[in-house]
Amino acid sequence: MTGTETKSCFFQFFLCVKCPFVFRGIQPLKQEQTRILEHRHEQADYWVMQLSAPGIGPEVRPGQFIGLQAPRLDNAVLRRPFSVYRADNESVSILYKVVGKGTAAINRLLPGETIDIIGPLGNGFPEATPGLTPVRIGGGYGAAALQLQARTLQKKGTVFFGGRTASDILCADEFKALGWTVEIATEDGSVGSRGLVTDTFDRWLDERSDTDIELFACGPEGMLRAFGDRAVDRDFKAWLSMDRHMACGVGACLTCVIKKNDPEKGWQWARCCKDGPVFESREIAWDE
Amino acid sequence: MSDIKPDMSVNIGGLQMKNPVTVASGTFGYGPEYAELVDLNRLGAITVKGICAEPHTGNQTPRTFETRCGMLNAIGLPGPGAKGFIESYGEFLAQYDLPVIVNVWGKRVEEYGRVVEMLSDEPIVSAFEVNVSCPNVKEGGSLYGTDTKSFASVIETVRAKTAKPLIPKLAPNVSDITLFAKTAEDCGADAISIMNSYPAMAINIETRKPELANRSGGLSGPAIKPIAIKLVWEAARAVSIPVIGMGGISCAEDAIEFIIAGASAVAVGTANFTDPSTVIRVIDGIEAYLIRHDIPSIGDLCGTVL
Ligand SMILES: Cc1cc2nc3c(=O)[nH]c(=O)nc-3n(C[C@H](O)[C@H](O)[C@H](O)COP(=O)(O)OP(=O)(O)OC[C@H]3O[C@@H](n4cnc5c(N)ncnc54)[C@H](O)[C@@H]3O)c2cc1C
Ligand SMILES: Cc1cc2nc3c(=O)[nH]c(=O)nc-3n(C[C@H](O)[C@H](O)[C@H](O)COP(=O)(O)O)c2cc1C
Ligand code: FES
Repeated sequence: MTGTETKSCFFQFFLCVKCPFVFRGIQPLKQEQTRILEHRHEQADYWVMQLSAPGIGPEVRPGQFIGLQAPRLDNAVLRRPFSVYRADNESVSILYKVVGKGTAAINRLLPGETIDIIGPLGNGFPEATPGLTPVRIGGGYGAAALQLQARTLQKKGTVFFGGRTASDILCADEFKALGWTVEIATEDGSVGSRGLVTDTFDRWLDERSDTDIELFACGPEGMLRAFGDRAVDRDFKAWLSMDRHMACGVGACLTCVIKKNDPEKGWQWARCCKDGPVFESREIAWDE
Repeated sequence: MSDIKPDMSVNIGGLQMKNPVTVASGTFGYGPEYAELVDLNRLGAITVKGICAEPHTGNQTPRTFETRCGMLNAIGLPGPGAKGFIESYGEFLAQYDLPVIVNVWGKRVEEYGRVVEMLSDEPIVSAFEVNVSCPNVKEGGSLYGTDTKSFASVIETVRAKTAKPLIPKLAPNVSDITLFAKTAEDCGADAISIMNSYPAMAINIETRKPELANRSGGLSGPAIKPIAIKLVWEAARAVSIPVIGMGGISCAEDAIEFIIAGASAVAVGTANFTDPSTVIRVIDGIEAYLIRHDIPSIGDLCGTVL
């Protein structure tokens, strides 16, 4: 769709222009007509859908997402954002929860049907810092965003999953199979320890002799904030993938803004879709 | 059917466009956001997000909400200010064969004058679209678009600051759009654009809170298209300056309907979010229509409603 000239202009732009927004790496963005290769039930309200995407698949970095146009939902004007759960040279997969009309419409689709997607969107997680033990924190569908990076990392670490009940805990077996240590906490105690995942994490951290860890987290905002606070208190980095309502997904409409700390102004808006969704905990100016 | 390519070019009050299609302000950023998905050199023009003289932070979140066949927005016109716009995007935009329509706004009449004055000599700026109809800022905004006297003072003020094409963007929520169209013409505007999003609101019945932080916002998307068609039809007959039509355009057929109603050019807005390829499909579709109907030039279709 895009001429190569346009693309090279675009790269030049980043080299020569002072842009008010912070960019962390650039990927060529594409729009692709994909075909559903597989659509399977995972557990409870969660489903996995694999899409043929030879254009976007090879470009995806962990923590990035796609904008998916729900077919046969004629009265919707917005795409729906989903983290890339798996990606290879031929395809991308999403792990999604049915929560409303868009996800319900997606859920009715069968293998062979086509879906229009744009991606890869957002900055994704940074490379893990060598020497630090990677720690992953996931809540609900947040587990999807964490999978891709774990699959590419040599170094194995610990992953913490939290949720209300057993059916909110996703991908635990996949992390185990990759050689990761898995810690689970559910509020009702139906799997793992009973209570909040922050408590499990605190106990784990207290037992360690060092805090040479680096956190990568995706899940509900309350959970992200709790881990962000710990990162500041205990002096480690926490990369948080933030979830905001989005309209364009590419940085044009300024719907998805999030308050970022700014040394001069106190705070400044950043676009979750373009400048994020991953922010280091110290970057975020949390609401009181 | 003829095999000669129809003439797609239009002149909008001095603004020369290679085809009659631009994008609606606020739905396409400042250019780079969609540049990897859309070949910007193909657009008739780009209309950038609203700019005022100084940087502005905009509204709290949530800023948009999807409704049936449309969406509400109350972004609140955040932006880098006139200087920031040129610094951040001037060089980028200059690389394209692309007229740039800068959408401007102010909280007071003098602020409209200031932003136009600051930008008028910039070579990258091809024309000004004057937003007097934003439903989402407390000061100024839609007041200037719904009261002919205040409207006239804004247009006269900016007219005095620039010789570049001036395109006031009219508010849809007025009892007689022709009064505003004529006032614009009388004050020296070169064209008008119609319409901005329509003041609207949605409430969550579980929390009983409005869905937008700003409480109300503006409705855009396919839901407003029939409203926009009527406004364009009425205004185009009342004045001799060209009209840029917009509101819910999501395919070439929608755009052609606007042109038949009297629009000389059209803008694609919310549909960029739905499908970034819309604007290119609209350009190609208009051309295919002209060929199919043996119409030699886009101008021959304008205002041909029976
Ligand atoms: C960067 C990013 C990555 C995401 N990754 C995933 C993922 O991997 N898997 C997954 O299942 N979901 C993911 N989401 C959330 C997903 O986009 C929403 O659940 C989806 O858009 C809802 O669409 P709908 O039409 O079904 O819901 P709607 O009918 O629009 O709304 C139904 C309910 O869903 C809530 N909702 C709508 N949008 C969001 C949102 N952005 N975040 C949270 N709740 C929302 C609404 O508040 C409402 O209560 C992600 C969101 C973002 C911003
Ligand atoms: C997210 C969003 C932001 C907008 N920002 C502006 C703006 O800055 N200035 C302006 O004049 N109009 C703005 N508009 C209005 C559009 O330019 C357009 O007039 C309106 O959306 C109707 O067209 P559409 O239905 O094709 O979107 C905005 C619309 C949307 C949806
Ligand atoms: S969703 Fe449009 S700027 Fe982020």
